[in-house]
Amino acid sequence: MPITFNQTIPTKAFSNQEYQPRGETRPIPFRSILYKTPKSQEEPETKATPKAPKTPNTIEKPETSNAPEFFPDLNLDQIVDNITAGKEEYNLKPFFYNSLSDIDTIKYRQEIIKDIDNTPLFQNIKSFAEKMIKMRRYLTLADKLYYKYHKEGWFLEAADLYCDAVTNLAEDLSTAEINSRGLMSFREYIQGYVNSEEFSAFIKETKKLKADLGTVKYSVLLKTNGGRVTKYQEEKDYTIEVEKTFEKFKQGAVKDYTVKLPTGTGMNHIEAKILELAARLYPDIFSNLISYSLKNANFTDKKITAFDREIQFYISYLEYITIIKRAGLQFCYPQVSDNDKEISAFETFDTALAYKLVIRDLPVVCNDFYTKGEERIFVVTGPNQGGKTTFARTFGQLHYLASLGLPVPGREAKLFLFDNIFTHFEKEEDIKNLRGKLQDDLVRIHDILKKATQDSIIIMNEIFSSTTLKDGLFLSRNILKRIMKLDSLGVLVTFMDELSSLSGKTVSMVSTVVPENPTQRTYKIVRKPADGLAYALSIAEKYRLTYDSIKERIKI
Amino acid sequence: MKAHLMYKDRDFDLQKELPVNEEELIQDLELNTLFNAMALGDEFLLEVVKKAVLTSLNDPDEIRYRQDILKDCIKNPSTVREIYSIPLESIKNKRKRWLGIFSRYPGAILDSSIRMLSMFVELLKKLRHIADENADNFKSEGFRTFFSMIKKELDDKFFSLVEAHLKRLNFPDGVLVSAELGRGNEGTNYVLRKPNEKNGSWIKRIISPKQLSYSFYISPRDEHGAEALSELRDRGINSVANALAQSADHIDSFFEMLKVELAFYMGSLNLYEQLNQISAPVSFPVPLIPGKGKLSFKQLCDPSFALTVKHKVVGNNLEEASIRLMIITGANQGGKSTFLRSIGSAQLMMQCGMFTAAEAFSAEICSGLFTHYKREEDTAMESGKLDEELKRMSTIVDNLRPDSIVLFNESFAATNEREGSEIAGQIVNALLEKNVKVFFVTHLYAFANEFAEKEHSNNLFLRAQRKPDGVRTFKLIKGEPLQTSYGEDLYQGIFKAEKRV
Repeated sequence: MPITFNQTIPTKAFSNQEYQPRGETRPIPFRSILYKTPKSQEEPETKATPKAPKTPNTIEKPETSNAPEFFPDLNLDQIVDNITAGKEEYNLKPFFYNSLSDIDTIKYRQEIIKDIDNTPLFQNIKSFAEKMIKMRRYLTLADKLYYKYHKEGWFLEAADLYCDAVTNLAEDLSTAEINSRGLMSFREYIQGYVNSEEFSAFIKETKKLKADLGTVKYSVLLKTNGGRVTKYQEEKDYTIEVEKTFEKFKQGAVKDYTVKLPTGTGMNHIEAKILELAARLYPDIFSNLISYSLKNANFTDKKITAFDREIQFYISYLEYITIIKRAGLQFCYPQVSDNDKEISAFETFDTALAYKLVIRDLPVVCNDFYTKGEERIFVVTGPNQGGKTTFARTFGQLHYLASLGLPVPGREAKLFLFDNIFTHFEKEEDIKNLRGKLQDDLVRIHDILKKATQDSIIIMNEIFSSTTLKDGLFLSRNILKRIMKLDSLGVLVTFMDELSSLSGKTVSMVSTVVPENPTQRTYKIVRKPADGLAYALSIAEKYRLTYDSIKERIKI
Repeated sequence: MKAHLMYKDRDFDLQKELPVNEEELIQDLELNTLFNAMALGDEFLLEVVKKAVLTSLNDPDEIRYRQDILKDCIKNPSTVREIYSIPLESIKNKRKRWLGIFSRYPGAILDSSIRMLSMFVELLKKLRHIADENADNFKSEGFRTFFSMIKKELDDKFFSLVEAHLKRLNFPDGVLVSAELGRGNEGTNYVLRKPNEKNGSWIKRIISPKQLSYSFYISPRDEHGAEALSELRDRGINSVANALAQSADHIDSFFEMLKVELAFYMGSLNLYEQLNQISAPVSFPVPLIPGKGKLSFKQLCDPSFALTVKHKVVGNNLEEASIRLMIITGANQGGKSTFLRSIGSAQLMMQCGMFTAAEAFSAEICSGLFTHYKREEDTAMESGKLDEELKRMSTIVDNLRPDSIVLFNESFAATNEREGSEIAGQIVNALLEKNVKVFFVTHLYAFANEFAEKEHSNNLFLRAQRKPDGVRTFKLIKGEPLQTSYGEDLYQGIFKAEKRV
């Protein structure tokens, strides 16, 4: 089982010391590659006090490990699942679950990702990460093993890998072009660490011990009731001798009688006994090994292992969008504001959908949107299967990704830093819930309106579609008025055209079809007045579900 | 030896394919609640009852064959459970005593076969004993045939013969074996070292101080050493071990078959007892041949709903009527979905030979049951909602035959009311003409009204009851569609409450 970064499971690799730079004080002590250093200036780096005083602009929120409520509606869960797939041991999801609330931290992250994006540093960090992964596997293995020398053998392998990983990364960083505050201060930290006396001595000892163990060689004489172990005495390979004796009989190819024996790491009690006896033949080397592992039990550095985990936030996202970019789609660094509600995005798209389409070599349609003046709510109408829901998701995803300090889909984007996102998408009926569906919808929407502020984003998809048109209109109008009163930004997907021109705060957007073939959608959502045309029957035809087709299809 | 409790003339086939719309049926009719009540956490029961309920019978005689057996079960629950416990005991014994024929060595195969068979014999005796004691209490054709088979095949002569064999095969006087040398006296590809032949004898080298060495010994209990000896014996007894192991396997599958044939009844008994406990109505339905019969029910409930809330729930009544189309409209949370489920569940329960959750239920046998419910937004994102609904509808049409039933729940509401009504109308008209029965819960007023105006005698309109004060009774009454669903009530209730606080 791979060890994880989950804080509740302390492992050898992560509950360790931290290198303390000595002597000279540094201008920006390295704190974290994900957050700026708000607390470190004031607080001495002693024991972390249990309750840090909350400054008004506290940036480090506590990590939550639960996805925000709107994740499934916006398909952000799919995005994060794909980003973090295969990287479970880093426990990256919490990073994606915690959006930022101040502009400067967003910039801090954007700077870092620019330093890594499409530079040699990206590969450097990846190869560092691979070594660290292997190192942790070895440590976990060593932890689980039972026999002393077996255990310490794997421990030494882990230490050796760690030395290489850290030294290489320090070298790579020294030649890399770095402009971000975060990476600059990390570079300084790791270089100080590598050049420290302790680390140099540790490397030297590790390498020597490995070389010594390479010289051990022994022979075992196995009997029915036991065996005998000696140092290897240059005994000859008997098999070769026998082959030579009968070589003259050889005619041609013969059947292979080799039985495939299972291979793999592990040691039974007999093998362990033999190793133990061999160790007695080389007492000095093995006693060195024992004292080495005692002395270096916690050889990893806390900040470096934290960096190893946190930098994966950027790496995993870059890897993910690289796949999408291959199809010619663009990502950009958005301009984020916490007061300007004139937002815009050009040539943007639904990232979750794009990922799915791109890996199947299917085309992706991009869309634009913007608000001017008092405009706040996009009311999206038009034919079904025309990309309305996708548009709503895109809008939400874009804002959320920007709030993580990440590049967003599109050529250019100007976005709003929200305090919360609220979504309401149609849900399936559930027998356990004995309240009617409409009541549920209303209770939920009521709840949203109670929590939402002027800085919130509200996204509603096909609400009240299960009630009558009359009821639906009445309810939607009332809800929409309340949202407009709040002055929140939002998207409303609906088939009720009447809603698209309710006031100056609404922007009417319409999904479009190919004029000469109404069954074919363009997936373009354009800014224009709702035209009252839905194309439902054309889809019924497509599925051969008109009266005539069905009668033809059901055979007696 | 066959039990034939599920069919008069054949075994119940666990490999039989489930209908293509299995997942939809389970989801839409909340069948997992029903299955779980039947299985009570037993995975095997779950598998069988799921198969039995979903692979419907289409012949009234076959249905009655099972109904009669189930009636016997309800009358003699402890006897039936005792029979069912026999295959279970066999499994338990195998596990507990490590019985099983896994070895690659004939000696071990023989030994385990003997132990397995001895255990089986005890259980077979028990089965005979149950048959002797209780056969007279069973009236169904299925059980009477079953018990007379047990008495005939498992007679005293059979048991004494088996016991004699098992005794002899223990070889109390040893195994006599003749053998020849074959090839392969060399092991695998171990790398072999030739000991350095220094001057002097072996003993001298050992005591020579130059060469440091350490030895170890294994305990006499170590099995490795003992193995060599038993190999010879193994060759001699190979063929008899094979024959005996095969016999053990035959009996093993007899018990397995018995377990499969009884599992559906065990599940039905479990359900019967739970419905009784919450005073839900239970009765054996009357299946009718398609075309001739009519639909009628009394106090019909949705068993899953009753099991969920754990008390008696509101039932619905229908006097005998030939219904081809039923349209259900009216207030939200008024019991429409529950009613639709109760119709679907009753049909499935009837057609697997079970009782129904009603005081009386009688319906035509259908050639296939299909559900078309409104679904949550498609998370695969590749199609819009209406598109997804129509795609599902098209799959249903692919599998429809005359005399099928389709249950619609708020279908085609993903577009506006006018267009949804148009689509629904065309589909329903075509289905009716092809002798497909339709039950439709809907808010599409235009659609419902179009059929109401036709005043056809095979059409029935039900409405969720709502008293003048707005209180819902969860009962459905006859009534034509009305043009509002009382959404305004709810809005006032929820949003005005806020102001009062």
